[in-house]
Amino acid sequence: MTAKTLYDKLWDDHLVKQRDDGSCLIYIDRQLLHEVTSPQAFDGLKLAQRKPWRLDANIATPDHNVPTDKAERALGISGISDETSRIQVQTLDDNCREFGVVEFDIFDERQGIVHVVGPEQGLTLPGMTVVCGDSHTATHGAFACLAHGIGTSEVEHVLATQCLVQKKSKNMLINVNGLLGDGVTAKDVVLAIIGKIGTAGGTGYAIEFGGQVFRDMSMEGRMTVCNMAIEAGARVGMVAVDNNTIEYFRGKPFAPKAEMWDAAVAYWQTLTSDADAVFDAVIDMDGSVIEPQVSWGTSPEMVLPVNAQLPALATAKDAVQRNSWERAYQYMGLNPETPITDIKLDRVFIGSCTNSRIEDLRAAAAVIKGRKVASTIKQAMVVAGSGLVKKQAEVEGLDKLFTDAGFEWREPGCSMCLAMNADKLLSGEHCASTSNRNFEGRQGNGGRTHLVSPAMAAAAAIAGHFVDVRGF
Amino acid sequence: MQAFTVVTGLAAPLDRANVDTDQIIPKQFLKSIKRIGFGVNLFDEWRYLDEGYNGQDCSKRPLNMDFVLNKPRYQGAQVLLARQNFGCGSSREHAPWALDEYGFRAIIASSFADIFFNNCFKNGVLPVILTEDEVDVLFKECEATEGYQLTVDLEQQQVIRPNSETFSFSVDSFRRHCLLNGLDDIGLTLQDADFIHAFEKQAKVARPWVFQALR
Ligand code: SF4
Repeated sequence: MTAKTLYDKLWDDHLVKQRDDGSCLIYIDRQLLHEVTSPQAFDGLKLAQRKPWRLDANIATPDHNVPTDKAERALGISGISDETSRIQVQTLDDNCREFGVVEFDIFDERQGIVHVVGPEQGLTLPGMTVVCGDSHTATHGAFACLAHGIGTSEVEHVLATQCLVQKKSKNMLINVNGLLGDGVTAKDVVLAIIGKIGTAGGTGYAIEFGGQVFRDMSMEGRMTVCNMAIEAGARVGMVAVDNNTIEYFRGKPFAPKAEMWDAAVAYWQTLTSDADAVFDAVIDMDGSVIEPQVSWGTSPEMVLPVNAQLPALATAKDAVQRNSWERAYQYMGLNPETPITDIKLDRVFIGSCTNSRIEDLRAAAAVIKGRKVASTIKQAMVVAGSGLVKKQAEVEGLDKLFTDAGFEWREPGCSMCLAMNADKLLSGEHCASTSNRNFEGRQGNGGRTHLVSPAMAAAAAIAGHFVDVRGF
Repeated sequence: MQAFTVVTGLAAPLDRANVDTDQIIPKQFLKSIKRIGFGVNLFDEWRYLDEGYNGQDCSKRPLNMDFVLNKPRYQGAQVLLARQNFGCGSSREHAPWALDEYGFRAIIASSFADIFFNNCFKNGVLPVILTEDEVDVLFKECEATEGYQLTVDLEQQQVIRPNSETFSFSVDSFRRHCLLNGLDDIGLTLQDADFIHAFEKQAKVARPWVFQALR
């Protein structure tokens, strides 16, 4: 038998049919639905008078548009002041009711960002194929899932057929070995990877993250890394199953129980790349030299260690890159060769499917404990990834640490990660954000995003500018 | 889906790398529950000088005349020239919906982000991959020549320049077949329903926990 990568195994276990033209039908175990990319898919089903193929494969929750303000939230859907947002969230409710899809609605304490909710509930399980009309579906690869984002037509396709038409990607292994330094987190690792291979470095590949750094990493950290595989151009990012993976699911509400659990574990333990499996591309990095990272431009690949200076235009590798840097400097209102620690901030956002899990909140809380947000910061907010993360943080008293320091403690949702709801930057404002995209306008028209880890965001909130969280 | 066979039309050069889907159609317009109405907000933040919001009358908004698509010579363009990694970022299918509604039938670049690339095919918009050098030639010619037209022929898998010289591209045969014939691929997949049932039958034995009821 030929040696297989993890990706090969997941692919083979879900292959329904290989067609003569090389395209493949791949079976989808789980589809996550949210309000933004599903309405047109449900509409398409209705128009064609089709029914969902397997209802229990689907689970829905509203996240992108929901208000994070406590008073608004208490009113449920009617508390959403923007009419189009309200209609969109209402439409998800209506569609789920009409078709019979299980939904964690706005009042459900399990509601949250789909990518936080799926694993938290055990709705995402190792070895599953997981899709969602959202590019950060790669997050679920942390559990050795074959998970990726799809467009709305494909959401409809999966609802109707439980399959996707796919072509197999190539295999890439990103090995990060060594020990991470204190204060260096999963977010820094993935930003450093994107800084190295670029935002198109993984295009056409399924990435497996291997090496000591990922073995040592918590499941939350692995989710952070896989979440941003898409920012490296890869639809899929994965980490092989180990004991941490299995323990994570023990006792989760929708995880298998009793004998079914044992059978599942036996299968899950096979979900690693064979020792002699061959990858189409291998990248090796030394984890011990990775420093806390800060993005300075308008693409996640424009990222540097916190103690660096912004690059001189003359160091661009070609005309296209120079052009992008020039535009980025203009948009960001920054100049070449400025030290990153000189960048002053207006707002701080801790949240998003990249960094809104309990471990992220703990890391940020540890930094701010007993300190105060700088007076120059207009707003610092913490938005938990789900109702249950929020509850857990409150049990641990983290909310108190945040509010004492001057942070706002918000209701769960996507919030200022993409500013579809009321949480957004004003033009020209700089934000330290634990989210995943620093694109122009992403957090509000004219807003300037800097991607960092939760600990770095917390330190920046206290200092009013970026600082090295190590020794802060 | 609309079929795509051959398109001959005016080309417009968008000389930026890594154009992301947030740029193609900003998030505030994603609140619509329809598939139409996105064309007027294509590249909204580059195209207009004011901040766009949902449901606005875009005909009265101040245009950014420095933005290439606003130049009179590129009005009515059907072929978009772009740089590497076009369509990166969010999976929003609203991006090809907006491009299509604006009037673009084909996009030529040296590379595309995977999800966007896939989404184009579902909407009758053809993403064409040429080499960086070839794309460069098209950019130069397009910028130098007013009224520069290109023909994109999916059947022959060729981009034909005004001087009749051609650049070839390849498209995988399944996607090409669907696009040439404007086929709904849900219908096609359902023709394989027997295979899906057979797969489920064995998967329920091998991995029963995947098929547990959710309530
Ligand atoms: S938190 Fe941000 S990146 Fe994640 S699903 Fe929500 S909008 Fe997308």
